[in-house]
Amino acid sequence: MNFEFSAEQNLLREQAVGFLSDRAPLSVARRILDGDETYASEVWQEIINLGWTATAVPESHGGFGFGHLELCVVAEELGRSLAPVPFSSSVYLATEAIASAANDVRDDWLPKLACGEVIGCVALYEVSGAPDPDRMNDCTVSDGVLNGGKRWVTDGAIADMSVVTARDADTGNLCLYVVDLSAEGVQRSTIDTIDPTRNHADLQFDNVSAMPLASEIGDSTGLRRLLDRSAVLFAFEQLGGAEAALNMAREYALGRYAFGRPIAGYQAIKHKLAKMYVAVQLARSNCYYGAWALATDAPELPVAAATARVSASQAYRECSEENIQIHGGMGFTWEFDCHLYYRRAKLLSVNLGGEYDWKHRLISCIEADQAA
Amino acid sequence: MDFNDTKEEATFREQAKSWLAENAPAYQGDHTDDFLAAAKAWQKAKYDAGWACLSWPKEWGGRDATPAEAKIFADEETEYDLPVGPFLIGQGMAAPTMMAYASEEQKARFLPKLASGEEVWCQLFSEPAGGSDLAALRTRSVRDGDDWVINGQKIWTSGAHYSDFGILVTRSDPTVPKHMGLTYFFLDMRSPGLEVKPIKQISGQSNFNEVYFTDVRIPDSQRLGAEGDGWRVALTTLMNERAAIGGASGEMNFQTAFNLASETDLDGQPAIVDRGVRSQLADWYCKEKGLEFTGARSQTALSRGEVPGPENSIGKLVAAKKTQDIASFCIELLGMTGVALDHEQLSAYAEAYLGAPGSRIAGGSDEIMLNIIAERVLGLPQDIRVDKGVPFNEVPMGAK
Repeated sequence: MNFEFSAEQNLLREQAVGFLSDRAPLSVARRILDGDETYASEVWQEIINLGWTATAVPESHGGFGFGHLELCVVAEELGRSLAPVPFSSSVYLATEAIASAANDVRDDWLPKLACGEVIGCVALYEVSGAPDPDRMNDCTVSDGVLNGGKRWVTDGAIADMSVVTARDADTGNLCLYVVDLSAEGVQRSTIDTIDPTRNHADLQFDNVSAMPLASEIGDSTGLRRLLDRSAVLFAFEQLGGAEAALNMAREYALGRYAFGRPIAGYQAIKHKLAKMYVAVQLARSNCYYGAWALATDAPELPVAAATARVSASQAYRECSEENIQIHGGMGFTWEFDCHLYYRRAKLLSVNLGGEYDWKHRLISCIEADQAA
Repeated sequence: MDFNDTKEEATFREQAKSWLAENAPAYQGDHTDDFLAAAKAWQKAKYDAGWACLSWPKEWGGRDATPAEAKIFADEETEYDLPVGPFLIGQGMAAPTMMAYASEEQKARFLPKLASGEEVWCQLFSEPAGGSDLAALRTRSVRDGDDWVINGQKIWTSGAHYSDFGILVTRSDPTVPKHMGLTYFFLDMRSPGLEVKPIKQISGQSNFNEVYFTDVRIPDSQRLGAEGDGWRVALTTLMNERAAIGGASGEMNFQTAFNLASETDLDGQPAIVDRGVRSQLADWYCKEKGLEFTGARSQTALSRGEVPGPENSIGKLVAAKKTQDIASFCIELLGMTGVALDHEQLSAYAEAYLGAPGSRIAGGSDEIMLNIIAERVLGLPQDIRVDKGVPFNEVPMGAK
C-alpha cells in the first residue's frame, strides 16, 4: 500500500510551509481585509517565482510537468495560510480548463498562465448561485462573439483572462469559451462578499471575441469535468484551512484559563476538539482519495471528487465554527483572526456549488455506477 | 500515491488469496449450532498450514511475518464469512501480555495452543463499579502461601462460558492510590469457586457474562508482572485492545441504507429521490470512505516500516455511531414493518438497532474514545481526578 504523499512531495510541502509562514502570515490576509488592495500582489509574484503556477503544466507548455499530487500539496498549504492570492482561480480553474482544450487556445494561453504572465479566472454564475448548467442561459456566443453577463466571479476584477460558460447560438449547447478580459466591451464591477480577502466581480460582455475551448462545439461535459477536477484541489484548500482552525483552537484552549485551569482540560472543550480532529482526519483521507483519482484520471473521479469535497466542506465548517466558540467572546471580535477562517470556510463551501449540491451529485454518481 | 502493494506484498497477498480460496469456503456460513467448534476447526486449519497468528515468532506458532503481511492476510480473510470471534481476545490481547510478562515455560506451554485454537481465553477486567474508570476495580486478591485467594465480581466478560483461561486484574492493596494497588494474573476458568452467569442484553442475546469469584485460588507462578504493578501490565493488554478494535462497519453500512432507500416508497416515489434522504446517505458514504482510506493510510505506514499515526483512533468512534444511525434510519423508512416481529423474527435493522448501543460502549465508550483523542493525540490536559493520590479505600464510592 502506498496511499500517502511521497518523500519528494513532502519536501515540497516543507518548502511551501516555510515560504507561506514567512511571506504570507495571517497579517497579510488581514491587510487585504482592512485595506484597499484586491490581493497580495507581492506574495503572488513570489509564488510565480517559485513556479507554483507551473506545477502541473506540461513542460511542452512552459510548465514543470509535475503531477497533480504536487498541486494538492500546494493547495493544502495555501488553504492553511489563507494567502489572499488568485491561485485557485488561475490554477485550479483557468489553467485546468485551458489544459484540457484541444486546440490553439491551449497553445496560446497555457504558457502565459504557467509563467504567471496572466491571471485567469472562470465565470459560471448568472441567475443561480450554483453552477447548474440549466440556469446558464444569459451568455451566448454567435460567430465567435460573446454577449451577456456573469455574476460573482472570483478574482473577476484581477484576472487578465476568463474561461466563460456560454450557449452556442446555433445549437443552444452550453460550452466553455476563453475571453481576454482586457478586450473592449468587457465591463467589470467589483462586488463585496462574506470574505473580503478574496476578490469578486460581476462581468458584462458586449460583443466580445470568445474562442471555444473544445474543438467540437456543443460538448457540455467539459464543465462537469472541470468542476470535478478543481473540486479536489479546492477540497485540499479546505482541508488545510480546517486543520489550521483546529490548531488555532487547540492553542487557545491550552493557554486560556478559567476557573483556575486551562479550558483545554474541560471535557466539553476536549470533546469538541476531538470531534474537530475526527472531521479533519476523515476529510484528509477522502482528500487523498480525490488526489489519487485526479492524478490517475481514474473513472472514480466524479465520486472521489464529491466525497473529498463534502468531507472537506464539513470539516472546515465544523472547525471554523467551533474555533470561534472555543475562543468565546474574543473569537467574535474583528481583532481576533477566527473570523478569517469562518469567512473563507463558507466562501469555499459554496464557490463550486454548495454541500447539498455535491451530496446530491455523489448519490447520483453512485446510482449511475450501481445501475451500470 | 496509489493502492498498490509492494512487490513482496503482492506475492504474499497472492499466496494468501489462493490458500484462502482453496480452504476457507468449507468453513464459511452459519454455525449457530456449534459456533465454537466451527471456530476451532477453522483456526486449526490455519495453524496447520502456517496461516495462524502470522506476526508471532515461529516457535510459538506464528511465522514472523511483518505487520503489513499480517494485515494483508486479515483483510483477505474478511472476504469470507468465517467464525473467528472466539479467538480475538486470546490472540489479540492475552497473547501480547503473555509475551511481555510470562515465563519462558509458560509462553511455550500456552502460546502455541492459543495459535492453534485449542485453548480459548477471555479477559476479566470490567466490574460493576469499574467500566470507563477501569482502575477502580475492587475484586480482591490476598496472598496465602504460594497462592493468591480471589474474591469479587467481574462483568461484561465475552466468552467466559466457553473459555479455558482468563486474564485477570485484581486489587491486592486497597490502602494505596488506585493505580498502585493492582496485581495481574492468568487463571484456569475451571478453577473451583468460579461461577459464570450469562447477561441478557437488550437485544435478547447473551454475548457477555458476569463472573463471580468465591475463594478462587491462583498459584503465584501465574502472576504477570510484580505485585502492585498490575496497572502497567493491564495497559499492555489495553493498547492491544485498541489496535484489535478496528473500524469494522458490520452489516449495517452505506450500501444497506442505499439499497433500502432505493426500494422503499416515500410519498409515492422511491425514498432515495428525496433530497433529505440523499443528504443523509452521502454523510454515511463520506464517513465510511473516510474510515476505509484512513485504514489505507495506516496500512501504508506499515508497508513503509513505520508506526501508524494516531488517526486510526477515530475508527471505532465513527463506525459505532454510524451503525446505530443507519439501523435507526432503516427502521424509520420501513415504519411499523421495521419494528414488528415477522415470523417470530425481528428485522435485521431492528436487531442491529438493539445491538448498536453496545458497540458505542464496549472497548472504550464514545466519551472515553474522545478523551483518548483529546489527551493522547491533541495533547490536552487530563481531567481533574479527585481520587488522585488518595488511598483506594478512602475514595468516595457511589453505586455498588
